[in-house]
Amino acid sequence: MKTTISLAATFLVLLALAATGFAQESEVGNLHGSAATGKVLYRRYCVGCHGPEGDGNGENAQWIDPKPRDFTAAVFKCRSTPTGTLPTDQDLFDSVTRGFVTTNMPPWRPITNQNRADLIAYVKTFSARWEKEKPGTPITIPPEPAVTIASILHGREIFQKNDCWKCHGPQGHGDGPSAATLTDSKDNPIRPYNFAAGSRFKCGVSNQDLYRIFMTGLDGTPMPSYADTMQPTDAWDLVHFLRTLQPLHTQEAATWKEWLPAHRQEMKPIGPEGGSGASQ
Amino acid sequence: MKIQRACTATLLATILLRMFGVASAAPGSAPAVTGKVILQGQPMKVKMINMSSEPGCAKLYSTPPTTEDVVVGPGGGLKNVVVYVSAGGPEQIGPPAQPVSVEQKGCWFAPHIVVMQANQEVRVMNEDATTHNIHPLASVNREWNKAQPPGTAPLEETFAREEFISVKYNIHSWMHSYFVVLKTPYYSVSNENGTFSLENLPPGKYTVTAWHEIYGKQTQEVTVSGGETQPLNFIFKAP
Repeated sequence: MKTTISLAATFLVLLALAATGFAQESEVGNLHGSAATGKVLYRRYCVGCHGPEGDGNGENAQWIDPKPRDFTAAVFKCRSTPTGTLPTDQDLFDSVTRGFVTTNMPPWRPITNQNRADLIAYVKTFSARWEKEKPGTPITIPPEPAVTIASILHGREIFQKNDCWKCHGPQGHGDGPSAATLTDSKDNPIRPYNFAAGSRFKCGVSNQDLYRIFMTGLDGTPMPSYADTMQPTDAWDLVHFLRTLQPLHTQEAATWKEWLPAHRQEMKPIGPEGGSGASQ
Repeated sequence: MKIQRACTATLLATILLRMFGVASAAPGSAPAVTGKVILQGQPMKVKMINMSSEPGCAKLYSTPPTTEDVVVGPGGGLKNVVVYVSAGGPEQIGPPAQPVSVEQKGCWFAPHIVVMQANQEVRVMNEDATTHNIHPLASVNREWNKAQPPGTAPLEETFAREEFISVKYNIHSWMHSYFVVLKTPYYSVSNENGTFSLENLPPGKYTVTAWHEIYGKQTQEVTVSGGETQPLNFIFKAP
């Protein structure tokens, strides 16, 4: 009798574990990811940095800066959704595919799309937030206006007025007056993005990706969301200006380079003298 | 120069108001529980803030402001302790309709401890000519991070669950505060003398908790009978 009861209890516990352990799934396009398969892949590819508990404390974590993401907090940098909300499955899938520039997280294109869909299903089992909440509604990005010198110049004003330079620096080199003091949500030092360093942004390469970054913010980092206060047209102008800070042959850079030589004298440098100090 | 003086005067007035405006009793109502929070031992050193990266704010201060995590007054009175009814109080009291208003001025967040009820609105203003960002490191509630450029509308937010949330303002690393979200409407924040008072508490038996951002939590039981003021003191020990 006792054995029957304990057997039944064990069965129930196993049932409960099966139900809660791998309840998560993912939907990416027409791919369906399963956490059970994802767990096997995670143990092979991700556990070294992100750790068996998904808390970012893998055995390699001590050598890594910035630190691996802690999935138990369910706070993610690259989202199409507003600050404070969960990302979509597609957002997580894209992050794994893309990797994170200037970090140890590589692009995971070498594994299959199905593998990545399974992985994110498993990553979602590390936080109960995924059971209680739905992902946020992706922000809408209006069509991009034409690249003009007026747009770039206005974007430059937005860069000054919104104090982007305080962290990212007057030339976008990531060396503004606040840069050295920045810490992430776990109090680890973190550097602002250096636009002169290359072509990839934290969350993509396109103008839309850049627009999305300042409207959603990069949660878990000092980069805030400007969605509440920045008009879409201003945001697009800012995108066009930021492109001129990159060492790339873009339409923005060409437009800027053509215009600048004849107008250098009129330009007020970005920074404290640019008219946006604190209380006057 | 005149403007600067006016600014300094406003700032001073604000500070003075804060100093004496804490938890004043409504006319005619006797505080149900009053007392003092004392810190024994050597408190953490108060550090001076260097605002040189933000000259527009730095010039508003004749002497540099200091950190607010441990502020000890005369007789060891510990400031910024949240004293609240953690058990025994009425469960079903909705949040007040009026928001808790706080402001960023002189690259400073005031007050340092912001107490709000669950689902009560908190309104954050930016009075400076510089962008601030408000970044509550919530875990029970949601962590978010929003920029507030100069001249923009107040930020209006609510937090649904009880939590002591450390708030960063990353652009200005010296700015730091706590959003304390409580279920109970009965709370008080100790002033620079360490004194607090819980008002309008109906007769009954309560658990009262005192929380400090560095020294943690303590609880005590207290019984309130009508018309009498019940004394209650907390002693924190600096390690």
